[in-house]
Amino acid sequence: MSNANTNAAVAASFAKRINLQQYVVYFGFVAIFLFFAIVLKDSGFLTVRNLSNIVLQTAPVTIMAIGLVFVMSAGEIDLSIGSTVGVTALAAAVTINQYGLVAGVLAGLGAGLLIGLINGAMVAYVKLPSFLVTLATLGLLAGVSRSMTDLRSVPVIHETFVGLFGSGSFLGIPSLMWWTAIAVAAGHMIYRETRFGAHVLATGDNARAASVSGINVPRIRLTVLMISGTLAGLAGLLYAGRLQAAKYTLGETDLMTVIAAVIVGGTLLNGGKGSIIGALVGSLMMGMLNNGLILMGLSVSDQMIVRGLIILTAVAVSLREKNR
Amino acid sequence: MDAKVIASAGQPVLKLQDISKNFGGITAIENFSLEVYPGEIVALVGDNGAGKSTLIKIISGVHAPSAGTITIEGQSVTMSSATMARSHGIEVVYQDLALADQQTVYMNMFLGREPVTRLGLLDRRKMIADTEKLVKELDVRIPSAHATIRDLSGGQRQGVAIARATHWANKLILLDEPTAALGVAETAKVEEIVQSLKQRNIGVLMISHSLDQVFRLSDRICVLRRGKQIGVRRTAETSKNEIIAMITGLQEH
Ligand SMILES: Nc1ncnc2c1ncn2[C@@H]1O[C@H](COP(=O)(O)OP(=O)(O)O)[C@@H](O)[C@H]1O
Ligand SMILES: [Mg+2]
Repeated sequence: MSNANTNAAVAASFAKRINLQQYVVYFGFVAIFLFFAIVLKDSGFLTVRNLSNIVLQTAPVTIMAIGLVFVMSAGEIDLSIGSTVGVTALAAAVTINQYGLVAGVLAGLGAGLLIGLINGAMVAYVKLPSFLVTLATLGLLAGVSRSMTDLRSVPVIHETFVGLFGSGSFLGIPSLMWWTAIAVAAGHMIYRETRFGAHVLATGDNARAASVSGINVPRIRLTVLMISGTLAGLAGLLYAGRLQAAKYTLGETDLMTVIAAVIVGGTLLNGGKGSIIGALVGSLMMGMLNNGLILMGLSVSDQMIVRGLIILTAVAVSLREKNR
Repeated sequence: MDAKVIASAGQPVLKLQDISKNFGGITAIENFSLEVYPGEIVALVGDNGAGKSTLIKIISGVHAPSAGTITIEGQSVTMSSATMARSHGIEVVYQDLALADQQTVYMNMFLGREPVTRLGLLDRRKMIADTEKLVKELDVRIPSAHATIRDLSGGQRQGVAIARATHWANKLILLDEPTAALGVAETAKVEEIVQSLKQRNIGVLMISHSLDQVFRLSDRICVLRRGKQIGVRRTAETSKNEIIAMITGLQEH
């Protein structure tokens, strides 16, 4: 049994990597939490109100991150999510004010789905790189959301909508937490426990292997981008609900935060491996960081620099893992 | 030897008749005919560019033949996709390992054909149990069904690829240079696994560049030169010299 040795070695290196890569986000989360808890103990960081605020504020980012886990796991990228949010929030707001709740919600989600469909079709069937396609739609949608209402903000004056997607609560738990929980649970289930989830991972891991195994690779690529577009649409609704208004600027700066949350959460940039729970924790970590840096009194530009450095570190770790 | 004679007396699992394949102006395969019987290993040899890989791709549904017929267990079939070939019980093990590196062994085993529970969720328990059983039967030595492919050696990976093919193929396994990327010890292990396929009464058509390997493993040898079938020999009744002469064209028949 000369194999026993090599097997043991393989098992050891296997265990080592699992520890390192899968739990890095949890260590990071705890470390940042402890850091702020100590440094900001007199600034209200540890209050229930502040902590729950962090969760509520990160709801749209978490939901976009779930979509991006699917996209990145399939080996693609969606840069258009941030500007999709502005378009879907405006579409929802305008439609609600004219045609009511159901039409408004459908308009928001439908706009997201349609954007995802266009991105997906270009990637899956025209066979353009998703990086270029979604970079183009990012710019295009930024223009669309600006022209939709001439840069004006649109108030949302629908009580039920605001309750459902914004400040309301159910069984004592805020709506935004419900949406986060539902999206994370459903996302995790689909990602980990269904054939579709397995096919997404296989596609991102080795598209040729997936293809010769009978997986419809173009349809997987189309579907992940549609999921991402629709979830960005849901994020748009949550922004509109929480702020009781929609504006073209919504979501505009979220792209970097979402990508960071997903990568820090253990999803590989090049596909084949990822985690929905990791993305949730990554997103909460980004929210906590944002909150803590503000409480520490950092200027907006310093906050951006610190966040950028953290993303850089996350990307470096992720790529090192891939090229090991 | 006896077993093979009996097998040969039955119906071939694969029968190729007058297969031709043109790529634009190039004739890659010309009037190729061959039969493979259950429980038999047939080696396909020939120089680079002789058309071996093209032939494998025709049988596995990747390329449609320009002319000729493919018969599976007496039934004439048209194979327009790899999925279709698979549904006929034909599996291919690719030279460059069509495995998803970052997934587990058991997920690779069931790639594209994952079983689900009544709730429609992945039936991991079944995948793991089936994988462990097969890996044990074929004596593919991997740490566990949960191991990630990239943590395995080249030989272990090829073992997984062959185990996967064995799990799904009930008629024919095509091997395109299964040991081209492997070291000596790993090659020996993979050869052992290929040898054990005979007991499963599956037909094996194998491309190999190593004549030593061909003589160790095969029951018959089919020589291909510039897309044409030069001849088929029983391995026990031929010599390396004869095969080399056929490959290089120093001997026509
Ligand atoms: N997809 C293709 N398009 C055009 N020519 C091809 C294609 N595939 C193979 N050929 C040609 O067919 C011939 C046989 O190639 P191949 O089957 O790969 O040979 P072998 O595997 O025996 O080395 C070569 O001349 C090769 O250039
Ligand atoms: Mg070849």
